[in-house]
Amino acid sequence: MKVPTQRAKTAEPSHVGDSFVVEREHLEQLLQALVSRSYELVGPTLRDGAIVYDHLTSTADLPSGWTDEQAGGKYRLQRRQDQALFGYAVGPHSWKKFLFPPQQRLWQAARNGKGLQILPAEEQAEPKYAFFGVRACELHAIAIQDKVYLEGQFVDPGYKARRENLFVVAVNCGQAGGTCFCASMNTGPKATSGFDLALTELLQDGRHCFVVEVGSVRGAEILSAVPHQPASDADRQQAERILDHTARHMGRQLDTLGIKELLYRNYEHPRWDDVTQRCLTCANCTIVCPTCFCTTVEDVTDLTGEHAERWRRWDSCFTVDFSYIHGGSVRATPRSRYRQWMTHKLATWIDQFGVSGCVGCGRCITWCPVGIDITVEAGAIRASDSIKAPPDQSKDSP
Amino acid sequence: MAPMLEQTEAVTAGPVPDPMLPVPYRIQRVKQETGDTFTLEILPEDPSQGFTFAPGQFNMLYVFGVGEVPISISSDPGNVPLLKHTTRVVGTVTKAMRQLKRGEVMGIRGPFGSHWPVEEATGRDVVIVAGGIGLAPLRPALYRLMAERSKFRRIVLLYGTRTPEDMLYRHELERWRGKFDLEIQVTVDRAASTWRGNVGVVTTMIGRAPFDPSNTLAMLCGPEIMMRFTVMELLKRGVAAECVYLSAERNMKCGIGFCGHCQYGPTFVCKDGPVFALPSIAAILGKSEI
Repeated sequence: MKVPTQRAKTAEPSHVGDSFVVEREHLEQLLQALVSRSYELVGPTLRDGAIVYDHLTSTADLPSGWTDEQAGGKYRLQRRQDQALFGYAVGPHSWKKFLFPPQQRLWQAARNGKGLQILPAEEQAEPKYAFFGVRACELHAIAIQDKVYLEGQFVDPGYKARRENLFVVAVNCGQAGGTCFCASMNTGPKATSGFDLALTELLQDGRHCFVVEVGSVRGAEILSAVPHQPASDADRQQAERILDHTARHMGRQLDTLGIKELLYRNYEHPRWDDVTQRCLTCANCTIVCPTCFCTTVEDVTDLTGEHAERWRRWDSCFTVDFSYIHGGSVRATPRSRYRQWMTHKLATWIDQFGVSGCVGCGRCITWCPVGIDITVEAGAIRASDSIKAPPDQSKDSP
Repeated sequence: MAPMLEQTEAVTAGPVPDPMLPVPYRIQRVKQETGDTFTLEILPEDPSQGFTFAPGQFNMLYVFGVGEVPISISSDPGNVPLLKHTTRVVGTVTKAMRQLKRGEVMGIRGPFGSHWPVEEATGRDVVIVAGGIGLAPLRPALYRLMAERSKFRRIVLLYGTRTPEDMLYRHELERWRGKFDLEIQVTVDRAASTWRGNVGVVTTMIGRAPFDPSNTLAMLCGPEIMMRFTVMELLKRGVAAECVYLSAERNMKCGIGFCGHCQYGPTFVCKDGPVFALPSIAAILGKSEI
C-alpha cells in the first residue's frame, strides 16, 4: 500500500491486515466507539497496588505513566518517566475471569413432592465484553481455553456466548516483564491473530500515538469511528523495532525442545522432591494462570430444603480434595501435586489439546509467594535428565 | 474434534444444549445387593426421553441438594431406557443415594466416556477380570456377550471379592454358568471354613484359566493394584497388550472434560476413558500418584 503524503483525518475504508495510526488524544474515541455500541469495556486499571483488569469508562482509567517490576514472588508498581498507557507487563488478573467467571450458577432445582424440576440458570443475556489491552500471550491463553470449552465433544453454552460477543483490542508489548518468557513459548510479544484491533504504543520525540492493525471486519468498523491515518513505513518500522527489543529482553526463558518427552521420562526425578520443600500448595499459580481451567461444583439448598442450586467455581489441582476418590486422594503429597501441575502445563496439555498449556506470561512465577519458577524447575530437570533423548540419526555424533 | 463443533452449530444454529443440566429420572426400585452395595433402577420422567449407551459408559447421578457422582451403568444395554446403577456406600452422595426410596426423583447426565470393545471380541476368547464392585461396569458387557453368545468362543469371568457374601449379581452369574455360557472362577480374600472355593488374589487364577492367549480379549475392572498385577499375568501368558482393556477411576465433577479432576497422565478418564486399551496408559499404569 502506498503511503499518502497528506494526512487524512479519516482515511479510506480500512481492511483486515491494514495498519493505521491513531493519535493519543483520539484514543478516547476508540473507547467511546465501543461503549456506544453497547460493549462492556474492561481493561487494565490501577487498584490495590496492582494493575488489574476491571471496568473502564475512559482512557483516564488506564494506568497512564505506571509500570511494574516483577520477579519471583515480587510485584511492585513504579512511576514511569513518560505517560505511556501500556508500559507494563501482565498483572495478577487474566481475562479468564470474564470469559469463564470464578463462580457461576449452573442451574437451580426445585423439589415438588417426590418430583424434581431442573431449571436452567436464569435466562439472562451473556455480557458483551470489549477487552481493551489484551497481550499476545493472553490471546493465546484465550485460544487455549477455547479448545477446552468450544472445540471438544461438548460445548459450554455460556462460554460460547461470551466468546462470540467478545471484541478484542490487543496491545503489543512495548517492554518485557521480569518474569516474561513468551518469546520462548512462541506466543508473543506481537499479537498475530485473535484480535479485532491491535495497538502498538509509540512514544518518541514528544509524539504519543498508536499503530493500529486491523484484525477483523468488526475492528475496521470500529476504527472508522476514530480519526486515523495510514501508518507510514517509519511508524511501522518503529513498531517493529519496539517489538524486536521486547522479544530480546525477556526476563525468563524456557527451552521447550522435546519438553513433553523430557517430563514424561522424569516422573521420578529428584527435583520434584526439591520443589516440594518450597511449594506451599497455595494454588496461587493456578488462579493467576490464564489457561488453568479446572473447576469444582458446589450444591447448595435453601432453608426450606425445597430449592437447590448447583454452582461451579474455579478449583486447583494443588488441593488435596481435588483428586479424592473413595479411600483417599490420588495425589496425597505436595510433590505429586506440583508434578501434576507442571507436567500438565508443559507436557500432557500437548497430548490433550495439541498445544502447550503455558503461554509464558510469567504470572505463576511472580505470584508464587515463595518464588518458585517454572522455567527454573523445568531447566533443572533438563540439566540432570538421566535419560538422554535418543540420538539424532541425522547427525554424525558418537 | 473441530468438525463436531461445526456440526453442532449447523444443527442447532443458536444456543447449544447445556451438557451440565441433569434430566429427571424416577426410581423404580432400590435393591440391596450386598452388605454395602445397592442398585438403583431408574426410568426417565419424560417417557419420550430416549437413552442408549454402550457397555462400560457411566452417568453422572445427582441427588437433590447433595451432589453428583459418576457411576457406571450396570444394566443391560438392550433394555433401555431402564437404567441400573450398582454402587457402594462410600461418601456423602452415595450415602444419600442409599436413602432414596422408590418413587423419588433424581437427576441423570450421560452417558459419558468410552466403552468395552465387545464387537472386537467376535470369534475370540473373552477373559473378564473383576475385583469387587468392579463387576458392575462389566455387567453390561456380559449382557451383550450373552445376547450374542455364539459369536464368541470361551467366555471366562475371574472374579475376586473380599468374602463370599460380597459377590455381586450371584443369581444371574449362576444362571449363565448353568447354561454353560460362562465359565466363572471366584476367589475371595477371606471366608468361613464352609467356603469351598478359592482364597487369594484374583491374579493367581490367570495362569491356569481356560483361554487361548493368542486369541483373547481381556477386560479388567477393579482396584488399580489388582489391574496392574492382572496385566502382568496376562502379558506373561502371552496376551498382546493391545488386547487388554481396563476401566480407570478418578474424581469427576463434570464428566465432559471441563473440570480437569479426572486427569490421569495425558488422559481425561471421563472422555478418553473410563475404558482404556492398555497401550494408551501402559506408561503410567502403576506409577504412584499420577
